[in-house]
Amino acid sequence: MEQRKNFVEEISAIPGGEGIRLCIQCGTCTASCPNADKMEYTPSEIIALARAGYRHEVLSSHSMWYCLSCYLCTVRCPRGINPTELMHALESIATKEGLSPHHRTLTPAMYRSFTDFVYSLGSLPELGFMTWYYLLTNPLRGLRLMPVVLSLIRHGRLSVKARRLTPEGTKQLKAIVEKAEALGGAH
Amino acid sequence: MKASYFPGCSSSEGGAKAYGSSSQAVSKVLDTELVELEDWNCCGSTPYSSFDELTSLALSARNLALAKKKGKDLVTPCSSCYVMLNRTNAYLKQYPKVKAQVDEALAAGGLRYNGTVRVRHLLDVFVNDIGYDAITAKVKKNLAGLKVAAYYGCQVVRPKFGFDHPENPQSLDKLIESLGGEAVSFPLKSRCCGGSLVISEENIALDLSRKLLDSARSNGAECIATVCPLCQTNLDVYQSRVNKKFNTDFKIPILFFTQLMGIAFGLGEKELGFKTNIVSAGKVLAKYA
Repeated sequence: MEQRKNFVEEISAIPGGEGIRLCIQCGTCTASCPNADKMEYTPSEIIALARAGYRHEVLSSHSMWYCLSCYLCTVRCPRGINPTELMHALESIATKEGLSPHHRTLTPAMYRSFTDFVYSLGSLPELGFMTWYYLLTNPLRGLRLMPVVLSLIRHGRLSVKARRLTPEGTKQLKAIVEKAEALGGAH
Repeated sequence: MKASYFPGCSSSEGGAKAYGSSSQAVSKVLDTELVELEDWNCCGSTPYSSFDELTSLALSARNLALAKKKGKDLVTPCSSCYVMLNRTNAYLKQYPKVKAQVDEALAAGGLRYNGTVRVRHLLDVFVNDIGYDAITAKVKKNLAGLKVAAYYGCQVVRPKFGFDHPENPQSLDKLIESLGGEAVSFPLKSRCCGGSLVISEENIALDLSRKLLDSARSNGAECIATVCPLCQTNLDVYQSRVNKKFNTDFKIPILFFTQLMGIAFGLGEKELGFKTNIVSAGKVLAKYA
């Protein structure tokens, strides 16, 4: 009982997660989700599991990592829950706890590569991001995408150089990000 | 009219730079000056909010605080930046505790923000501030006969920050018609292209893109117009991957809606950057060029 309450409270404390208490299990989110059939547990199942206190099962599942953030569930939910943000909330708890199922979905690693660049540069250089991600996960898969990469280069779509903020801007962003992390964020 | 401009990483120097340059050029024709927000940083997009909510909100709020000093609407052509910046505004209003933390983080960078900058998508500004008639008035080459699938994708209409219906939007269709083109019926107009999962779960994303391409083609579209850099990338850059995986023969040009406007306004390659489109639009647009 205690465990069940704690997990719902933990989720509710994250902006966008509080709607979990309102779910009536109608299944509209699952019916709307383009990826529900690929998920280990559908969106409505994930909500039911979380409310029943299955913390580890929820956080180590790959369901939320298949969320496309298309917000179709969000605009349709009859209870005004925001299942998209609820998925983001579950992702952020799973990340903090190191429970992301890296061996079953590459999305956590992709998100990590993305945030690494935004964290250190304040911008996202696509070539660097892709290279870093494939090095972290599967360099061979990266090689298979070479035709795509070459077509991007041929069409002038792949910049090697990253956009940089001014030195003052870089310093300012760093101060803001470090403060946010000190206040409860994580990197 | 003057507005602060937030290109986002992709449309500034990234893979969608043709979107950035065509947005600027088309706005100029419509007497709207997009003044790039100085020293902006990445909005954080979905990955950062899934990774660390508070930091994601703080780095997004830095952009809003910078824009506040300029006192104008903040306009972006990117659907993801549009959602992230609007979401930051909404969260700061809805969650006082989060706002207090974000305020503290901003203060560490010598900034403050009181949550009043209006964040707009470029499509919204074009259709609602400038208006269809004013757009038609600038048309030099009527796009008569061109069949276009108006593709909205998700985040320009969802969640509801919006200026258009979340599931059956019309603004881009009407914009295409105001250029003289024909917006074909396109039932999947606001369905997902696969988003950033094209990188981590390619098969899933390719399947979603295939459905969109199929729906557009079976409704007679000669090209697809998009309002999002990531949608354009998935449908254009990965179209060859879709063909390979599903043994299909799609060859549908995927245009930024600003490229289409630019053609109608008589602008040139330098501003519109058609050479960056992987599936060539040359044949489809030949009679209008």
